[in-house]
Amino acid sequence: MTSLLASLVAALLLVNLVALGTSRIGTVVRAVALQGVLLGILAIAAQGDLTWRVLALAFASITLKGWLIPVILFRALRQVEIKREVEPSLGLLPSLLLGALATVLAVVAGSRLPLAETRLAPLLIPASLATVAAGFIQLTTRRKAISQVLGYLVLENGIFVFGLLLVEAMPFLVEAGVLLDLFVGIFVLSIIIHHINREFASLDTRRMSLLKE
Amino acid sequence: MTLVPVLLPLAMAVVVFLTPSKLWRPRLLAATAAAHFAATVAIVAGEAPAGAGAWLRLDAPGRLLLGVVSLLFLACAVYSVGYLRYRVERENRRFCACMLAALGSMSLVAYAQHLGLLWVGIEATTLATAPLIYFNRTARSIEATWKYLVISSVGIALALLGSFFVGYAALLGGGEASMLFGDLLASAPSLSKPWLRAGFTLLLVGYGAKLGLAPMHTWKPDAYGEAPGVVGAILAGGLTSCAFFALLRLTQITAAAGEGVYARRLLVVMGLVSMAVAGALMLGQRDLKRMLAYSSVEQMGLLAMASGLGPTATFATLFHLVNNAFGKGVMFFAVGNLHRAFGGKTTVEVHGGLRRLPLSGTLFFLGLFAVTGSPPFGPFVSELLILQSAFGAGRWIVGGLFLAFLLLAFAGMGATTLAALQGRPPRSARRSVYRERFTTCAPAIVLLGLVLLFGLHLPVPIRTLIEDAAAALAVGP
Repeated sequence: MTSLLASLVAALLLVNLVALGTSRIGTVVRAVALQGVLLGILAIAAQGDLTWRVLALAFASITLKGWLIPVILFRALRQVEIKREVEPSLGLLPSLLLGALATVLAVVAGSRLPLAETRLAPLLIPASLATVAAGFIQLTTRRKAISQVLGYLVLENGIFVFGLLLVEAMPFLVEAGVLLDLFVGIFVLSIIIHHINREFASLDTRRMSLLKE
Repeated sequence: MTLVPVLLPLAMAVVVFLTPSKLWRPRLLAATAAAHFAATVAIVAGEAPAGAGAWLRLDAPGRLLLGVVSLLFLACAVYSVGYLRYRVERENRRFCACMLAALGSMSLVAYAQHLGLLWVGIEATTLATAPLIYFNRTARSIEATWKYLVISSVGIALALLGSFFVGYAALLGGGEASMLFGDLLASAPSLSKPWLRAGFTLLLVGYGAKLGLAPMHTWKPDAYGEAPGVVGAILAGGLTSCAFFALLRLTQITAAAGEGVYARRLLVVMGLVSMAVAGALMLGQRDLKRMLAYSSVEQMGLLAMASGLGPTATFATLFHLVNNAFGKGVMFFAVGNLHRAFGGKTTVEVHGGLRRLPLSGTLFFLGLFAVTGSPPFGPFVSELLILQSAFGAGRWIVGGLFLAFLLLAFAGMGATTLAALQGRPPRSARRSVYRERFTTCAPAIVLLGLVLLFGLHLPVPIRTLIEDAAAALAVGP
């Protein structure tokens, strides 16, 4: 079980770096979708016994993050007919290196903080912090609105990983609420993306500079 | 039955969304707000504990929050009826539905007893209000909505991570894994300190972004500036109150765990920095709505600083929160009316406000004194109480800075407000269609009357409500 967990976590971290280092937006959407599926499997693998709750959570996560949200994002991408390049303000290689550095730092931080048990926490906590950092880097260094949304999704995925340690403390209603909020958030963001493109004839968020002091 | 304040608005949001008549949707909105207020009064006045299960329960702080939100929303809903009559060219389906969804999610925040559920409620308020900011469908409003959504969502995502950290701190403490406030408070001394500190910091940054504390305040002038005035009132009085209650509850848990000094130092520093930044940006501000946004940043900084003064200031902090919510309502309604009448919201377009709109102009003028803390209005009393507890605790520098920043804000707001109100109105404004109506003026008059009443004599039921909430939130030294 632990080796399965370890390989899942490794795959998760690898996807982070793929999302940071790819130039085509379509590939990044697919990478983030794959991460959503991995999270669902991780949710099952992390729990010793299979309860209906864990299964429902995994199912919800896979359908939402692996299918529904990518569908919405691809639709937004088609509608706005933009050049399908990421156009980062920080080069792809530097942001990739930054992501790798963040992963190392997360592992170091995870080994210094007190942990409750030795089975899950040493794997999941560094993975969570590294994914949050990767999402944050993507969010801050990309110019296109849709890339920023993808960064936000990666960041949320990282938080989801941490949440797996606290399954007992979270009523199912709350988990469902978190996923629902995420879905509605992405939905609203994709509508706004559509309008940004129409008003500014671009998804480049630097063009949005009407409002300032 | 007891969950009516949460469920009714959410159900009515669907009904309103499906209502075909443009005329009836605002009426349904106002009727729902009135029913919500009636239910809230019944629940808050009845002593029986209200709620369902351990994680949805209305405790004393929740009662206060629900009361403030419900009354402010009722005023906003009545105002919307009048406002939307002047915006008949706009489709109001989404506006009315999202207003009600915002009311339902704010009520959920009041009921939430679980860190995760609290987060769900606050994130839902963000999502419900985003389409409201975008009501005018201009390039500027899209930009504002985008900034609002991205900064708030990221901030609030960090707050979720922080909530998980706090939950993990409880797990490490050896106790049961629980994220209920009651359980966390009971097991507070055994919480893991490093995780709790990290969690509190993330939560302060996350919910601080929602409050608009500097340096996460940048979305605020844009969102408040481009949104209709009534939406500004909901954001500045309702959403900020919800996020601030979340911070108060977390500060309480952190203090009970023996980390109060750490938490309060962070709150005082962030609060004072926000007051300074907001005061500086208010000087020479020409845009009336952006001025109100910075005033909100300043007030949130004031509240954060006050909550960092410790248990002696809790009553004053909560009292000020109530004053701020209603005072902001008055100001946003008045500015909304000026905006309608002058076709603009900067002092370039708006001057002679008192002549063109004697009633709204007067409300704006009196509101200025109310929100900047002049006697005889409520904020004067609450700010005086906050100052007393600062000096009482020997925190002379904090108290001194607090006074200096209040003066700065008064200077900035006063100059802009007077520029908008004095002089002769431009010809175009004299011919504009906007007329003062009952629905667009009465809500502001009622709220201003309440703020005035709170300054002269705080009615006993409201005093008890605030005292109970303060007692429930104050733990340990």
